[in-house]
Amino acid sequence: MIQVIDYKAGNLTSVLKALNYLGAKTHVTQSPDDVRGASKIVLPGVGHFRATQLLHDLQLTEATREAIARGVPFLGICVGLQWLYEGSTEAEATEGLCHFGSKCERFPATYAGAELKSPHVGWNSLEDIREGSRLLKNVAPGSFVYYTHSWRAPLSADTAASTFYGGKFTAAVERGNVMGVQFHPEKSGETGLQILRNFLEL
Amino acid sequence: MLTKRIIACLDVRGGRVVKGIQFVDIIDAGDPAELAHRHAALGADEIVLLDITATHEGRGTLLDTVKRTAGELFIPFTVGGGIRSAEDAAAVFDAGADKVSINSSAIARPELIGEIGSSFGAQAVIVAIDARRATSGDAIKDAEVYVSGGRKPTGLKVVEWAVEAEQRGAGEILLTSMDSDGTRAGFDCELTAAVSSAVQIPVIASGGAGNAQHFVDVFKAGKADAALAASIFHFGVTSSHGLKEELAAAGISMRLTS
Repeated sequence: MIQVIDYKAGNLTSVLKALNYLGAKTHVTQSPDDVRGASKIVLPGVGHFRATQLLHDLQLTEATREAIARGVPFLGICVGLQWLYEGSTEAEATEGLCHFGSKCERFPATYAGAELKSPHVGWNSLEDIREGSRLLKNVAPGSFVYYTHSWRAPLSADTAASTFYGGKFTAAVERGNVMGVQFHPEKSGETGLQILRNFLEL
Repeated sequence: MLTKRIIACLDVRGGRVVKGIQFVDIIDAGDPAELAHRHAALGADEIVLLDITATHEGRGTLLDTVKRTAGELFIPFTVGGGIRSAEDAAAVFDAGADKVSINSSAIARPELIGEIGSSFGAQAVIVAIDARRATSGDAIKDAEVYVSGGRKPTGLKVVEWAVEAEQRGAGEILLTSMDSDGTRAGFDCELTAAVSSAVQIPVIASGGAGNAQHFVDVFKAGKADAALAASIFHFGVTSSHGLKEELAAAGISMRLTS
């Protein structure tokens, strides 16, 4: 069973709809036991990073670590990707999963001498798609995906694709069975469905 | 590169699309779900469904329409019309909307913006502003917010209200120029630029589109992040994709689908 974690950050409807459309059997949960026994884990999320505090409070952080350690594929979406890092300057008191190093930071107010609007909202392109990425299999460089966010993760060796807005940031991260996307695959048309399909086929 | 967005708008009454689209050769039905999917397939970047009657009796119809339209739609989907409380918004989100557009209800009770945002995120709240240029004073700085389909002045200044909406947690502004709406003579670029320069959040321009050049103008001079297209299909442009190809050729960054 694919466990979709509900931590009261925004609205799960669209993510569930897309997964179910692709034939996945999903279960919405807040239970550590469900997460431990999951075949796959999806952590959606849109909104404030402090909402992820509930994951610690519900003992879901440790359950997620255990599941990841035994190889269960994990996909974080938007704030769900950010949670994989050490934290975010959006909520300094709330620690992330610390699976990936470094912190998420806000877009700068200016870039290259020009004002940079924030949030970054709309369709932007995937660049530098890493060869061999399982999550981004059959996704062409330059494919467009839908974003809405003000914080983002920096580039690292685990970056599977980047997007350019006020400099390059991590559009997708992937190391082994642990994956995240900053954009919303459930709202990114055929490209987004392909990415979710890739995850479901793992 | 971040693209400018073309948003297809469906005006719905009693569960049927009632204007804007019915003259399109390739789209002859008035069913919102079907039209939304056709628009998505033709390259629209987002879909907005506005319930223009928004009567209390129509609420069940609206939710059913939203549910059917959201069904297999995998691009952002906004619903507006008659959303007066956080509970109304929650019902629309539950039915499958990604964002709600609020207008007169936000003016009547500005706290509503933050109430919806705190549960569903700022990105889910679009504040729609119907604007008219001032006839005395500074036409742009003193431009006024109207409600009731542009019939009732509120005394609020457009730019000031946009800034307040942002401060209260709006994720985007949908700015409709009542002066330009229906004229097909182009967007109000000056007013759009004034609002866009005053806020950090994206501004969606609406009202006055007649041809592709109007979109070029509103993206360049008007500094709009997105433009709403309800009736561009009257003007020889057969689809969002066709329009977007023209805009891309004019140097506007566009998401071109195959």
